[in-house]
Amino acid sequence: MQIDLTINTDVAHTILTGFIRSEIRRVGFTRAVIGLSGGIDSALSCALAAEALGPENVFAVRLPYKSSSPDSLEHAQLLIDQLGIHSETIEITNMVESLMVRDPQMSKQRKGNIMARQRMVVLYDQSEVLKGLVVGTSNKTEILLGYSTLWGDMASAFNPIGDLYKTQVRQLSRAMNIPAPIIDKAPSADLWKDQTDEDELGFTYEEVDKLLYLLVDQRYSLQDCIEEGFDAEFVNTVMGRIRRSQFKRLQPPIAKLSNRTVGYDFLYLRDWGT
Amino acid sequence: MRLQLALAQIVTKLGDVQANLDKHIGLIADAKKQKADLLVFTELSLTGYVLQDLVASVACRPTEDHPIFKPLLKASHDLDLVVGFVDEDSRHRFYIASAYLSGGRVLHVHHKVYLPTYGLFDEGRFFAWGDTVQSFDTRFGRVGLLICEDFWHASPPYLLWLDGADIMLFSSASPGRGLNDNEKLESARWVERVTKAYASMFTSFVAHANRVGFEDGLLFWGGATVFDPNGEEIAHGPYFEEALVFADLDLNQLRRTRARLPLLRDERTNLVQSELARILARSNKG
Repeated sequence: MQIDLTINTDVAHTILTGFIRSEIRRVGFTRAVIGLSGGIDSALSCALAAEALGPENVFAVRLPYKSSSPDSLEHAQLLIDQLGIHSETIEITNMVESLMVRDPQMSKQRKGNIMARQRMVVLYDQSEVLKGLVVGTSNKTEILLGYSTLWGDMASAFNPIGDLYKTQVRQLSRAMNIPAPIIDKAPSADLWKDQTDEDELGFTYEEVDKLLYLLVDQRYSLQDCIEEGFDAEFVNTVMGRIRRSQFKRLQPPIAKLSNRTVGYDFLYLRDWGT
Repeated sequence: MRLQLALAQIVTKLGDVQANLDKHIGLIADAKKQKADLLVFTELSLTGYVLQDLVASVACRPTEDHPIFKPLLKASHDLDLVVGFVDEDSRHRFYIASAYLSGGRVLHVHHKVYLPTYGLFDEGRFFAWGDTVQSFDTRFGRVGLLICEDFWHASPPYLLWLDGADIMLFSSASPGRGLNDNEKLESARWVERVTKAYASMFTSFVAHANRVGFEDGLLFWGGATVFDPNGEEIAHGPYFEEALVFADLDLNQLRRTRARLPLLRDERTNLVQSELARILARSNKG
């Protein structure tokens, strides 16, 4: 079976730049603040924001830790230069180590989460300084797999690329002339040395995006996917990840006591009144 | 006889009826300057679409003394208008509604009869279901109004046709969805396909006005269209952008098309009725 995730990049570009403009301007802002890691997702969010708002309104913040790959800084710089956006580099090493030294046994998982959340703290502080909104950089694949840190890299005011699978992020990035080294390198959260997404996940984005497309977009059952030729263990692993990470995709539930409770029957869009 | 039709695909302010009214008044003036006879606004054009718990606070009654309808009725002396709003009946049921205004009077109010409550839609949670599909007479001939999901079902346009409508005016707040490698979104292609089909099958004019702009992550795609009784497209608005879209309807085309293609003459309504009675009797037996 041919599973084709190809998108019309012109339409995607029009919709996503319009979305950024709308979400920022309707609440009286003009600027975007984006954590630029050197990876493809934040590069795409930056490029879309630069076209939506003008490069003078986009503030890219590089947030390296001492073990971050030097490539990450360099690749971020390639994009900053190409787009002509503002940038600042704020190293998070001292901020996070004062917490990390409390436990010499701390796992790399915990350290990674602390770094991701510290970056959120700095970005939201910059948002206040620059009077701009934090633009999200999570793609649909990582959102569905829960491959992200809650209240860390997932935190944003709005997310233009969250309905694009990783392979579609690559396609739109190519169409928008994101520098090739950013598109071609192995995706990595860069939370520890030589970390790559695909090693950690145990499968490639190419494979999992096709499966997610059937499971989520096309509403295939697990059995339908297996009949289409996907390995049963792979299908079950992915479905398990989706189920276990649902909590990351929702606001925390509030225990209902009154007749009207936030989250259940107090229903207004964010864009209420705008 | 000709009809200069204008379709307003606009961005609305969610829940701010006064701001939306001001926008309507501005566009009515523009359309009038450009010699429009009839201006059609989109679904819930006075309120915005994803209203949820705002429904009760934006509801109105289309009467002469209502502060929202008063200026619209006054403007309808210059050109006929179709506006989208939340109608509240005397027993406080809320409907997604379209009103046809002409010469200072409300000629017709349509309540949406199909409320999508699936996928990204939740209309049945907040609104009452309309229960009539009726055509009505205007100075341009007999007209029918439908709202979005109404024409995703084949029966409401069919009923309007049998009730005498030669001009069908559809209004939507259709969120764009289904991006693939096509240059048009799936939702846009679907709507264009069926509206063209209705014009062709009912040998009638079919116009569709759809709003634009975002509400949270939903983008309404615009792309207003008008098809003539031959099923040919005679106007097409831009996607995603605000626009006043004009179409010059040659109403004499109805006669020429139906002389060639007498689908209306040959429509066997008694057959439909008897078969429908049989089918419903059978399904009632379970």
